Amino acid sequence: MPPAAAATAISVVGLEKHYGSTRAVDCLTFDVVCGEVFGLLGPNGAGKTTTVEILEGYRQVDSGTIRVLGLDPWRDAARLRPRIGVMLQEGGLYPGLRPLELLRLFASYYDDPEDPTQLLDTVGLSDATRTTVRRLSGGQRQRLSLATALIGKPSVVFLDEPTAGMDPRARATTWRLVRDLAQRGVTVLLTTHATDEAEQLCDRVAIVSGGRIVALGSPAELTRRGPTEEIRIVTASGVSVRALATALGVNESDVRELRCGEYVASTVSTPSRIADLATFLREHDVTLVALEAGHSSLEEVYFRLTAEDAK
Amino acid sequence: MRRAAIVAQVRAETILQLRRGENLVVTLAIPLGILIFFANVDAIKTDYAHPVDFLVPGVLALSVMASAMVSLGIATGFERRYGVLKRLGSTPLSRSGLLAAKTVTVIAFEIVQVVLVVLVGIVIGWHVPTGIVAAVGLLLLGTVAFAGVGLLMAGTLRAEANLAAANALFLMLLFLGGMAYPLSKLPNVIQNLAGALPAAALSETVRAVLAGRAFPVGELMVLLAWAILAPLAAAHWFRWEE
Repeated sequence: MPPAAAATAISVVGLEKHYGSTRAVDCLTFDVVCGEVFGLLGPNGAGKTTTVEILEGYRQVDSGTIRVLGLDPWRDAARLRPRIGVMLQEGGLYPGLRPLELLRLFASYYDDPEDPTQLLDTVGLSDATRTTVRRLSGGQRQRLSLATALIGKPSVVFLDEPTAGMDPRARATTWRLVRDLAQRGVTVLLTTHATDEAEQLCDRVAIVSGGRIVALGSPAELTRRGPTEEIRIVTASGVSVRALATALGVNESDVRELRCGEYVASTVSTPSRIADLATFLREHDVTLVALEAGHSSLEEVYFRLTAEDAK
Repeated sequence: MRRAAIVAQVRAETILQLRRGENLVVTLAIPLGILIFFANVDAIKTDYAHPVDFLVPGVLALSVMASAMVSLGIATGFERRYGVLKRLGSTPLSRSGLLAAKTVTVIAFEIVQVVLVVLVGIVIGWHVPTGIVAAVGLLLLGTVAFAGVGLLMAGTLRAEANLAAANALFLMLLFLGGMAYPLSKLPNVIQNLAGALPAAALSETVRAVLAGRAFPVGELMVLLAWAILAPLAAAHWFRWEE
């Protein structure tokens, strides 16, 4: 979705934010189009939450211009709040209330809210109506928090790490909800450090590192930017990077160990090279778990671009 | 601000208050317990012919302190800890809306407390005097002062520190506030200190108007000062996020 083709829901130009001498956000610029699912992907401390909280109206910018639905989130907060939905990274729920009580309370803040009972069902919490928030599991709280973000039928929804702490089923439910929102024309800005979430869910992704955007585009565009050819090898046990490089006939520097047992070699997957790999695995008695050839994954792009933060 | 939102907020605040058992102990069980116990046990020497005439005004002041300072302060501190206050900040419920809802909830609960204290007082021999309207005005003024103190602590301390501080202050002011124990029986130094605190100022003024005595202007000035300065300090130093 090219930004020029549709109305802009969120516009960020030259955003900067310091905490003391620490530069949390450094000259961030991006637009989010109406109806788009936009992801800020980056490691902890990259400045994702700071950026989102500025857009939500919680903090003032040091410099830069930001607009959400054409409004300044700080100056026009009272006019913007009825039109946005917010899911904080953690907390935000009265521990002593039951889910339906909480949603009814939040519904009262808005002119034309969703039906609380129905929304509770949509997020999969209809069987937890007798339990107070205090006794809900982490994943259930996350889904209730998501429901409070949606109760007011917002035009723009901010989700700060929406699936952190969720089991796979709850995660799938959340992904489905986000896709439904986008289908109805709701703009979604989410933060995540899960590359699969960004890849599966987002129309466009900004990879953030050290308070700066280091890459911006659709998941397909971002993965195309990597080295044109590479082989991803996953083994049941770790192997020596040097031995693997020798077996593949490439320089040691062309093989990266993503984690123990997962390797990416920047080279073409010729038939003879794959045969060499098979020989190497037989000689070392190592079981192959996965083998992939072609473009790099978003995870690989992410690791490469955010390497500086990890140091 | 939508009226429905404030009504719903008052409802939720009331539910939360009733679900906190320890809150009901501080706001109802302790004040009523003190009233009944000391009215029947000759443990304290008052200058009154009937101890109940000394106790009822003191326990009314104690009830207000428990609701406005301890209960409101501790609940708000934990709402801050759990990010509730932060989350409400991005909803259309304004800060003034939230404050209005909390005010209505505290005063509604105080009405219940006052009615119960007065009823129990009548049962154990208290004669309802004439200065009741002035006493209600003083209790409202005390509510403003104590809510200011409670919110100042809730908005500046960590939730656990606030919990400890509010309970400690409650206990201290219970003895130094002329509520269950006459101020005049305390050592002079402590009397002077206690006289500058809002608890004694509230209990002494309420006691004076209910006894039909000369109005203690000095104590009223102390109470008034707390009712102005504590909320101003809370508004200035309150942080919405822990």
